[in-house]
Amino acid sequence: MAFVQEPLPFDPGALEPYGMSAKTFEFHYGKHHKAYVDNLNKLTQDTELADKSLEDVIRITYGDAAKVGIFNNAAQVWNHTFFWNSLKPGGGGAPTGDVAARINSAFGSYDEFKSQFKNAAATQFGSGWAWLVLEAGTLKVTKTPNAENPLVHGQVPLLTLDVWEHAYYLDYQNRRPDFIDNFLNQLVNWDFVAKNLAAA
Amino acid sequence: MPLTRRQTLGLLVGSAATLWLRSRPAVAEGEPSEIYTLPPLPYGYDALEPVIDAETMQLHHNKHHGAYINTLNKALTPYRQWHGLPIEDLLRHIHQLPTAIQKTVRNHGGGHANHSLFWQSMAPNGGGEPMGELATAIAATFGSFSEFQTQFQQAGLKHFGSGWVWLVLTPQGNLAITTTLNQDSPLMQGQVPILGNDLWEHAYYLTYRNRRDQYLEAWWQVVNWPWLSDRYAQMRALLA
Ligand SMILES: [Fe+2]
Ligand SMILES: [Fe+2]
Repeated sequence: MAFVQEPLPFDPGALEPYGMSAKTFEFHYGKHHKAYVDNLNKLTQDTELADKSLEDVIRITYGDAAKVGIFNNAAQVWNHTFFWNSLKPGGGGAPTGDVAARINSAFGSYDEFKSQFKNAAATQFGSGWAWLVLEAGTLKVTKTPNAENPLVHGQVPLLTLDVWEHAYYLDYQNRRPDFIDNFLNQLVNWDFVAKNLAAA
Repeated sequence: MPLTRRQTLGLLVGSAATLWLRSRPAVAEGEPSEIYTLPPLPYGYDALEPVIDAETMQLHHNKHHGAYINTLNKALTPYRQWHGLPIEDLLRHIHQLPTAIQKTVRNHGGGHANHSLFWQSMAPNGGGEPMGELATAIAATFGSFSEFQTQFQQAGLKHFGSGWVWLVLTPQGNLAITTTLNQDSPLMQGQVPILGNDLWEHAYYLTYRNRRDQYLEAWWQVVNWPWLSDRYAQMRALLA
């Protein structure tokens, strides 16, 4: 069974009015994400990992120096699918309902969450990801380098932002802080966060 | 105590260097902007077209390299006794720095040193092959110049995420191809970088997008072998 690239949950041009261009998706989804899927299939072909779930491959290979290539590609396949789902045309701003209550109880306020998330995303030095996770029942903001993700730290991922330069270079060039602000102000898919929280 | 040539080239070694670093008076006063400054590009922003486009050069030099220097200066401001040293010396002695600034010097000081070398390593009408001692050493180490190029490109392609691919001089005086994560400098491991190519996506994304392989291949056309061959001979002489 080969690993497959999930379809984008929206049209590649759908975020164009919200600060993420179709051009970016052409490369980010069409080239980068696809290459991770293709590499993962190549690297796991005819091995017992080929029949595992993507999450299991990530957990099994994490920290194994001999399988670092498989881990990197598997985690990047998973991270990108999770990232596409973290985006919503016209999303962002403060959440409502249960998610708002959980954010307020964990961070004190939405503004405090926002400032912690911005800081994590801006200070991840080099390639990586910023996350909202559930850890021991509490919401928390984290960051991870390169392909690493919360699954290997026993946390439940709720939301992510890709801060590899390829995620924003065509639209924002070196201005990562503007890319982060745009994500928080008009892209965050709080419905996805609510769904992840409900399932946790 | 004036800087000797050996010291300014970042080749301080052993306890004499430690003593010198600890006992020297602060030389730079006041404004953080005076600690390190962005070195001017030795050519125009469009001089490396079409291999590296002008917009990339402008953003890369002015914004990325500029930001490393700003962050570095801000962190170093309260640490006056560490002002006025070549950045290479701070990297070489990173573990002697106050713990509070080690990470910033590693990341942003590394960014300053790596990019400073990178600009010098390129030139309009570059390309061709190394000369003199460097040509001999590359042939002896890798078999041939083209075999060296192949291995350097492969190492650069295989490196996952942000970083650099290097041709370094080891403490034993040998050449080796290595890669480092993010802005880590080979100087932190006692190696002398001779040549480095930037593997951060900002170095190539506007022209090459996801095709790092094509960037690595095209980059040889702008490599400044006369300057690098001189650099190698100088560094060898200092190690001898
Ligand atoms: Fe990405
Ligand atoms: Fe760079």
